[in-house]
Amino acid sequence: MAVSNTHSDGVMLDVRNLCMYFHTFDGVIKAVDDISFSLKEKEILGIVGESGSGKSAASYSILKLLAGNGKIESGQIIFEGQDLVSASEKTMRQVRGDKISMVFQDSLTSLDPLKTIEQQISEMFILHRPEMTKAERREKCLELLRAVGIPKPEERLKSYPFQLSGGMRQRVVIAIALSIEPKLLIADEPTTALDVTIQAQILRLMTRLVRDQGTSLILITHDLAVVSENADRIAVMYCGKLVEHASRDELIHHACHPYTVGLLKCIPRLRSSRPRLPYIPGMVPAMLHLPQGCYFADRCPRAQDRCRQEQPQLIEHTPGHFMACHFPLQAGEDVF
Amino acid sequence: MNTQQTTQPAPKALEVNNLQQRFYLTKGFFQSLRREDGRICWNDKVVHALNGISFDVQEGEVYALVGESGCGKSTAAKTVIRLLEPAAGQILYKGQDISHLPEQKLGKVRREMQMIFQDPYTSLNPRQRVIDIICEPLLFHKLASNRAEAEEKAVDLLQKVGLRPEHSRRYPHQFSGGQRQRIVIARSLAVEPSFIIADEPVSALDVSIQAQILNLLMDLKDEMGFSCLFIAHDLSVVRHISDRLACMYLGSIVEKGSKDQIFENPMHPYTKMLFSAVPTIDEDPIVEEMPIKGEIPSAVNLPQGCYFYDRCPYAMPICQQEFPEEREMEPGHFVACHLYDA
Repeated sequence: MAVSNTHSDGVMLDVRNLCMYFHTFDGVIKAVDDISFSLKEKEILGIVGESGSGKSAASYSILKLLAGNGKIESGQIIFEGQDLVSASEKTMRQVRGDKISMVFQDSLTSLDPLKTIEQQISEMFILHRPEMTKAERREKCLELLRAVGIPKPEERLKSYPFQLSGGMRQRVVIAIALSIEPKLLIADEPTTALDVTIQAQILRLMTRLVRDQGTSLILITHDLAVVSENADRIAVMYCGKLVEHASRDELIHHACHPYTVGLLKCIPRLRSSRPRLPYIPGMVPAMLHLPQGCYFADRCPRAQDRCRQEQPQLIEHTPGHFMACHFPLQAGEDVF
Repeated sequence: MNTQQTTQPAPKALEVNNLQQRFYLTKGFFQSLRREDGRICWNDKVVHALNGISFDVQEGEVYALVGESGCGKSTAAKTVIRLLEPAAGQILYKGQDISHLPEQKLGKVRREMQMIFQDPYTSLNPRQRVIDIICEPLLFHKLASNRAEAEEKAVDLLQKVGLRPEHSRRYPHQFSGGQRQRIVIARSLAVEPSFIIADEPVSALDVSIQAQILNLLMDLKDEMGFSCLFIAHDLSVVRHISDRLACMYLGSIVEKGSKDQIFENPMHPYTKMLFSAVPTIDEDPIVEEMPIKGEIPSAVNLPQGCYFYDRCPYAMPICQQEFPEEREMEPGHFVACHLYDA
C-alpha cells in the first residue's frame, strides 16, 4: 500500500488493540481481548500461555483463519503498512503462504493424507509462483527437503504423510511453510506433539532457517523454557489478555507480573532438586465466567480489593517492558 | 559384580528380572505366511517392545522409567501390573512371583498395586459420578461394608486430594484436567495400595497444574508410605519426584542408577543426548552440547548390535556387531555401552 513497506524502526507487524470473540450459544468468549504487540523484521517473538489463554486464537486472527463463530470485533493488524483486519478475502489469500505462513501443532492433520509430499510442497509454488516449470518445482522441493534435514529426499518426494514419523512430518510442514520465503512465520506449538530429542532438532532447525532467510517468527507455545531458548522477545497471555511483554532477558530475569513469576517458578529445573515445587494455586477461570477485575486475582497471593474490582491495563513498566498489574513485583520481591 | 547386593536386608517392593514383551503384528497362521524367493515362508512380524529389562524398586521409594515415546516405558508399566501378559521374565512383588499368577489370585495383588494413567480425560467413566467412581473399588475389594461407609471414605479421599465434598455428585466432564487427575489419584488411593504405578500422570496437564499434582503425589506418598513406579518422558519432572531412575531406549535399559548419579554424571550417550535436548531457562548445562540427530528406530526389526548405534556420536565398529552388556560403573550405577568396556 504505502510507498515504504516498513516503518523506519523496522516494525513489520503491528497488532493494535485486537479483540477477537467467539460467539457461542452459551455466551461470548473473549478469546483475544484487547492485545497489542509489534514485531520487528528478523525478530523472534514467543507467545506463552496455558491452554485456553488465547495464544493460538491470537495467531489465527492475524491470518484471519477463524472458525465461523469467531469474529474480529475491533483493532488493527498492520502488516507491512496494510491493515489485514479490513483486507478482503482475496488479499488474504495472497498474504497467506506467500507473505505470512504458518506451522500448525499437529503435523498429521495439517498435511493432506491423499497427496504425496511432492504434491503438497509444489502446491505452494503453483499457487504463488505460477511461472515456475515442473522441473524447477521439483528441484526446489528437493532443495527444501534437504534444507530441513530429511534423509533420502528423492524417495521421500513420493511418500505419503502416513509413511513418515511425526518428526519427519513436522519437517515437511516447515519446508512447506518456508518454501516461498515468507516475511513472517507463525509456528503454533510446533513441537508439542514431539519427543524432546526431536523437539530440540526441530527448534534448532526452525530458528536456523528463519535466521538464514531473515524471516520473522512468532513462536507460540505453553513451554517457557522452549521460548526462552529461542525468542528475542516474550509475551505472556492469560485468559485472552496480554499480561506481560518484554525482551527475553528482561522477562526471564525481571518478570514483574505475579503470573509470569509463578510460571517461571513452577517449571521443574534440571539442576535444583527442591523437595516441593512452587506452584500457582487454583486454576484458570472459565472463559464464560470471567471475574470482574484482574483475571488472575483469584490465584494471586498479592491480590487486593482493587484487583478484584478494576482490571489492570497494559502499561510500560520500564522502557520496553509492558505489564498489566496493579501491584507489580519490585526487584527482589518474591511470591509463591 | 555381585558384591553389595547380598548384604542389603531391605525388602524390595518390586523386582523385575529380564522382562520381555512382544506384540505380534500378524494375526493367525495365514497372515504370517509370505513368499520369499518363490518359496512360502512362515514369518511373523513382531514388535519387540521390551527386550529383557531388569530393575528393582525399594520399599517407600519412587523409581522412574524415563525415555521417549516408543521406548517401551508404558509397556513396562502395564506388564508389571499384569494388564499385559509378559512374554518372558520374572516380576516379583514383595518377593512373590506374580508373572504367571492366575487371574483369580491377581485380585489381591491388584488391590495393593494401583495404576494412575496418563490421560485423565479417558481414564474416568464419563457416565459415572465422581462418588460412584471412587466407591467402586472400595466396594469391589470389600474395604467398606456398605454403601454409606464407602461414600464417607470417598468424600474423605476427595478432600485429601484437594477437592471439595460437593464435587462428589458431579460428572467427570464438569472438571478441568488437573481436577480429573486428582479424581484418578483419589480412586487409586481408595484401596490403600502399597504400590502405585503412575504412567505419565502430569504430561497432559498445564505447567502450573503439573506442579500442583506432583506436590500432591509427593505429599500423599509421605503420608501413606507407598512405593511408586513413575513413568515419565520429562527429565526435570523426574529430578523432583524420583529416588532412582532407569533410562530406556527401544525396549532396553541403557542406564540406571540413583538420581544424583545420573543427574550429576550421565554416562550413556543416549542419556546425555536426552539431557542436552531438554529446554532449560538459563541453567548451566549438565552435559556439553551434543549433536542431536535421528529418531528412535522401529522395534520390528531390531538392529543386531547396540540399538542406539545409528544415532550415537561415539559409535565404534564393535557397537554395530555386539549388544553391549550392562556394567556397574560405581555402586548402583549401571551403564550398557561399549564406551566403558574395560
